[in-house]
Amino acid sequence: MSLLQIDKLSLAIGGVQILHDVSLRLEAGQILGVIGESGSGKSMTAFAVTQLLPVGATCRGRVLLQGQDVLAQTEAQMCQLRGRVVSMVFQEPMTALNPLHPIGQQVAETIMVHENISRSAAMARAAQALTRAELPPERFPMGRYPHELSGGQRQRVVIAMAIALRPSLLIADEPTTALDVTTQAEILALLRRLVQEDGMGLMLISHDLAVVADMADQIVIMRQGEVVEQGPAAQLFSGLRHPYSQALLAASGHVPARPHRGQLGAPLLEVQRATRRYAGPRRGLWGRAPGFEAVRDVSFCLRRGESLGLVGESGCGKSTLTRAILGLDALQSGSIAFDGQPVWAGGSPARAVRRRMQVVFQDPYGSFNPRWKVARLVAEPFHLLDQPPTGAARRAAVNEALHSVGLTAADGDKYIHEFSGGQRQRIAIARALIIKPDLIILDEAVSALDVSVRAQVLDLLADLSGRFGLSYLFISHDLGVVRAITDRVLVMRAGQIIEEGPTEQVFASPTHPYTKELIAAAPVLPAYAKEIAQ
Amino acid sequence: MSLRNLIIGGTLSGVFLLAALLSFLWVPQDVTQLDIANKIRPPSAGHWLGTDHYGRDILSMIMVGARTSIAVALVAVGIGMGLGVPLGLAAAARHGGWLDEAIMRGNDLVFAFPSLLIAIMITAIFGASAVNAIIAIGIFNIPVFARLTRSGALSLWRRDFILAAQVAGKGAVRISVEHILPNVTNLLIVQGTIQFSLGILAEAGLSYVGLGAQPPTPSWGRMLADSQTMVSFAPHMALFPGMAILLTVLGLNLLGDGLRDMLDPRLRRLR
Amino acid sequence: MLQFFLKRLMALVLTLVVASGVIFLCLEIVPGDPALYMLGLNAQEDTLAALRAELGLDMGPLARYWAWVSGMVVGDFGISYTYRTPVAEMVAERLKVSLPLAVYALTLSTAIAFPAGIWAASRRGRGADIAVMGVTQLGVAIPNFWFAMLMVLVFAIQLRWFNAGGFAGWEAGVGPALKSLTLPAIALALPQASILARVMRSALLESLNEDYVRTARAKGLSRGQALWRHALRNALIPVLTIIGLQFAFLMAGAIIIENVFYLPGLGRLVFQAISARDLIVVESVVMLLVFAVVVVNFLVDIAYALVDPRLRGQV
Repeated sequence: MSLLQIDKLSLAIGGVQILHDVSLRLEAGQILGVIGESGSGKSMTAFAVTQLLPVGATCRGRVLLQGQDVLAQTEAQMCQLRGRVVSMVFQEPMTALNPLHPIGQQVAETIMVHENISRSAAMARAAQALTRAELPPERFPMGRYPHELSGGQRQRVVIAMAIALRPSLLIADEPTTALDVTTQAEILALLRRLVQEDGMGLMLISHDLAVVADMADQIVIMRQGEVVEQGPAAQLFSGLRHPYSQALLAASGHVPARPHRGQLGAPLLEVQRATRRYAGPRRGLWGRAPGFEAVRDVSFCLRRGESLGLVGESGCGKSTLTRAILGLDALQSGSIAFDGQPVWAGGSPARAVRRRMQVVFQDPYGSFNPRWKVARLVAEPFHLLDQPPTGAARRAAVNEALHSVGLTAADGDKYIHEFSGGQRQRIAIARALIIKPDLIILDEAVSALDVSVRAQVLDLLADLSGRFGLSYLFISHDLGVVRAITDRVLVMRAGQIIEEGPTEQVFASPTHPYTKELIAAAPVLPAYAKEIAQ
Repeated sequence: MSLRNLIIGGTLSGVFLLAALLSFLWVPQDVTQLDIANKIRPPSAGHWLGTDHYGRDILSMIMVGARTSIAVALVAVGIGMGLGVPLGLAAAARHGGWLDEAIMRGNDLVFAFPSLLIAIMITAIFGASAVNAIIAIGIFNIPVFARLTRSGALSLWRRDFILAAQVAGKGAVRISVEHILPNVTNLLIVQGTIQFSLGILAEAGLSYVGLGAQPPTPSWGRMLADSQTMVSFAPHMALFPGMAILLTVLGLNLLGDGLRDMLDPRLRRLR
Repeated sequence: MLQFFLKRLMALVLTLVVASGVIFLCLEIVPGDPALYMLGLNAQEDTLAALRAELGLDMGPLARYWAWVSGMVVGDFGISYTYRTPVAEMVAERLKVSLPLAVYALTLSTAIAFPAGIWAASRRGRGADIAVMGVTQLGVAIPNFWFAMLMVLVFAIQLRWFNAGGFAGWEAGVGPALKSLTLPAIALALPQASILARVMRSALLESLNEDYVRTARAKGLSRGQALWRHALRNALIPVLTIIGLQFAFLMAGAIIIENVFYLPGLGRLVFQAISARDLIVVESVVMLLVFAVVVVNFLVDIAYALVDPRLRGQV
């Protein structure tokens, strides 16, 4: 008898079919990786196992948990199973915990719901669970509240809650997607250790092929509510049959073909000893807490035609540096010059310089005013020109920009909500291109996209840099993407550049311990899969 | 559900708006004409809603009273929006700065004075009138709109499209007008409907205690005040003006709910 | 926590100082001489001067403001222009009606609104929810003084369960006194309860959608347990804000409702004072009401910090 066996599970929400005949199985002590892009139904499959489905969802088929069909259980019976036999870990640790309760109490609650024991006994067992999740109460008192912990620490609390009663099945739905690379590696290692110790089954759901390939015994690939491929991890990659899974594998290891450049041009962007300090919060009436330096003494140079990567984890100062380069904030000391001209001159940003730089942001949904049509959105940077084109000339420029990113002139008359995430990033690139800048800053520009879409956007970027002679400053936490698209890379940590060098050299033989740690932590496809991908 | 709210609410508020407009052209009976011989008559074919203690036709009084109520509430909402929205936009654009702090503290101060207290003070100084009722309700509306605009604008200022506009070299004023304002309009329309209905309630309350429109200008609150001593033998005098207030306010509230559901993109996507 | 408390306390004092300044300035610009008004037009010049001195009218505005404010702090509100009695005594007498009425109404409205809001949220989209939403929709729209008149018509005139108006006085015992406050309190509480129930419902529905409720459900809590243990306390935060704001409306609403029931409260006092142009009484009552509103909002802020640990750490 398998721990979990799903037979021909179909699920509809309000008449819309979400899952079609999904079948899979998971044995005790094993890790089942479920891979899929957004809308593949991977999360809904997980929620169907715990029966925590949205209102109006109906299931057909069988979901056998230790031989019991959960679809036939009453809600009261399911409450008995959840937390005791099957537990869940979710994607967003920042919101998964109740902000008003101390963490110890939240872990103890799992135990008290299922077992008739005293509060103090439950707290003692909660302490054990937290210790097993590597958050020992000696260092992290159980009276702490969630807002006092980092994202990785909160995820450990969620894991402690899930494993407190040593369930047979743990479902982890994108457990590390919201975390930094190094934290991700720690959490994955923790999950793997718990599987080994407790002999439980782990259903690990992720969009990231590399994360799953590294961990799983069995792999299931899903697309649009269907299982397209499944099998043991070691064999699966060599014998991918479905065109979708082949394309997915190819896309995850995708390296865009970039135009070969000979000599690099003159320096375009020169950052010298840049320091940006933030004032601390107010203390009492007049005093202020000491501020902190988000960017400390940073110097680098980007040459014309170059694609420069900037890598770092959240809070390392990437965003602050970007804002300073774009002339949105002034520096406390140091200087930033573009083609020899200072970005910030005489107490205000220099327009002549700013019109030669543009930016593409991460969030394809928040980057556009939802009330404007695409043509108006794309034309917004014209504001930087002294004599912006008007009327037909303006529209012609918009159409040209749209064409160059693979969209049509007709798209200019639509609103942004009519486009998918990938199309929106194309529109963002068109907006950046319209005033023909020399430099485009790509601030996590492909991080929110599905792998296959990401590969297309990376190809587009590579193509555009050749056509328009663009330079890129490519800011990302994703080492794989940076490696694929940049010539040189900077590694940033706590406001400082700690390592700098040609991309291949830095990745192949990092010198700084932190760089080494970062590269080791980044999930990579197993070598055999990588070969197949290329 | 939301469509039903919209239709019922729109119809109810539409009827009273039309009645108010119609009263400029025609009313069943002139409300300045007293007819003591026919005082306190229950509803009949000649007077659909009966007559009051001066023999005036209550239906006509309600129609003319609708003018006062709607005018007072509408102008008060106008004052609140006209001053509150720019203040809220400015506070959000300078979030954390002294201007933001000053505007918010000013708001807190006004919130400590319910509109009735403002009306009492104004009346004590200038005497009671419809204009003073408008000012009292209007002042109270300013912080309501300022806070709403500020909180809506603050969440927008964190969005990347504002950053994109800044990269395009646009200043805070331009961004507030081009990007922020169109995106808080929905909030403002919905809140405007609600403040409109609260304004009608407030006006009725003020004129009931004699702080609003003065006789002979008919107003719903005044009619209720007049009916109070006669409620035991002439309940129709109290019933119909009260129903008028209730239905107008109910209509506006339903309209606000319907508009909110219709305009809220979050809800729209779910449908 | 202490710093949070002190900061709020300072904001409270500051608001009161500014508010008292605004009130004083407003009534300062009123034309006319109260002394002349009190003594009539053919008063002797020396009597007028004596009265002005007695009322403190011969001092400069700043000195008078200081005298007024410093007096209030120790409970001296000045002397009424018309009755020639200390305002503090008049106000204290009226407070015996107004304060219990406000507390009675607030208690009623929370006692009705909490269960109704929770009930509606937990039965979302079902009969109970639709019924609660319908009734509260009416409750929000009804003018409370008209509702009061209808209640008088039904319960006092038709059924004769209550008196149509007046206050029995506390001397007659708590029972009769409360009884004469019951209809007014219901009239005041109905719209407030309706608003509060709607806020409670929507806040609860919002927090039921939060991730931590899903986490709680994944632990094995039933829908009801997740609601009571996790969603409710989070939903209290917006509800507290509304209770604070409502108190201001309650105080204002009481002024009108006291008129419907002929209750000898602050509301009646202020209208008598306006018609008699007894400005010092108006000034004092308005200041007192503002004080009450500001203090309640201060208490709400403190309650926030008790509910939400994230605020305790903040400076």
